[in-house]
Amino acid sequence: MGQIKDYWWKVLGVALVFYAIVAGLLTDVPKLPILNETIRNLYYHVTMWFAMMILMTGSVVYSVKYLMGFNIDFDRKARITAGIGILFGLVGITTGSVWAQFTWGAFWVNDPKLNGAAITLLIYLAYIILRNSLDEEQKRARLAAVYNIFAYVLLVVFLMILPRMTDSLHPGNGGNPAFSSYDLDNDMRKVFYPAIIGWTLIGVWMGQIRYRFENIEKKLHADD
Amino acid sequence: MIKQLKYYLTLIMGLVFTQFAQAEEIEMADAMRANGKIYVVVAVIAIIFVAIVVYLISLDRKASKLEKELKEHSES
Repeated sequence: MGQIKDYWWKVLGVALVFYAIVAGLLTDVPKLPILNETIRNLYYHVTMWFAMMILMTGSVVYSVKYLMGFNIDFDRKARITAGIGILFGLVGITTGSVWAQFTWGAFWVNDPKLNGAAITLLIYLAYIILRNSLDEEQKRARLAAVYNIFAYVLLVVFLMILPRMTDSLHPGNGGNPAFSSYDLDNDMRKVFYPAIIGWTLIGVWMGQIRYRFENIEKKLHADD
Repeated sequence: MIKQLKYYLTLIMGLVFTQFAQAEEIEMADAMRANGKIYVVVAVIAIIFVAIVVYLISLDRKASKLEKELKEHSES
């Protein structure tokens, strides 16, 4: 075991997610039409998107840091963090799709919020594809870092700005009951916010493990 | 006349209130909570999460072990 100052945040992340899973199912929630018991998806599905956005913010910070000194380690951190973000986004879109099937009767509907989420994921998948199509390390890192900044701007536009400007079927938009200040009571916040922090920390932990294994791999190849 | 009016008023009020009562009855999984079976679901999900965390911890330790070995290897 290492020092507690090195791993306390992992314990915190696990504790927060564990709390969110249990409290998310057992605490009282507001009774709202359409949502019914699925309002609890706030603690799971919505959390995935928030954690994804925090991770993508981390990724773009690493990209900017790379561009400031061309240290290749920042490029690797940006890629790994974005990868975990994509994983969370895919889970978010899949869980949303399951919910849509049982609420709207279709796995996918043409809706600004849903399409915005899909476009965002495609933009980040293109980031990975762009990286894989370039062989020269520094060139790839520079291009990917610049692209990542554009991708992040588009994420903000497609996930946060556009859905608020148009009408949408999605809960919380266009007068649909959901997690607005009227509906999201303070008891729900007590589970929702810890869930976001917890899942983000677990995402960072997953990324850290990958980063460390890549470091080992790198050192092994350097010895050859 | 007044008696009749009172009768209809009560009838209308009664109808209106039952309508409201129905509109407010939003179905929740109360039965699942009432008989306690929800705890089974919570237990199952918690076990799955714990298993994933245990796996993450083992990966983390594996990384630490390999880092240590590499360090010793490069020092020798």
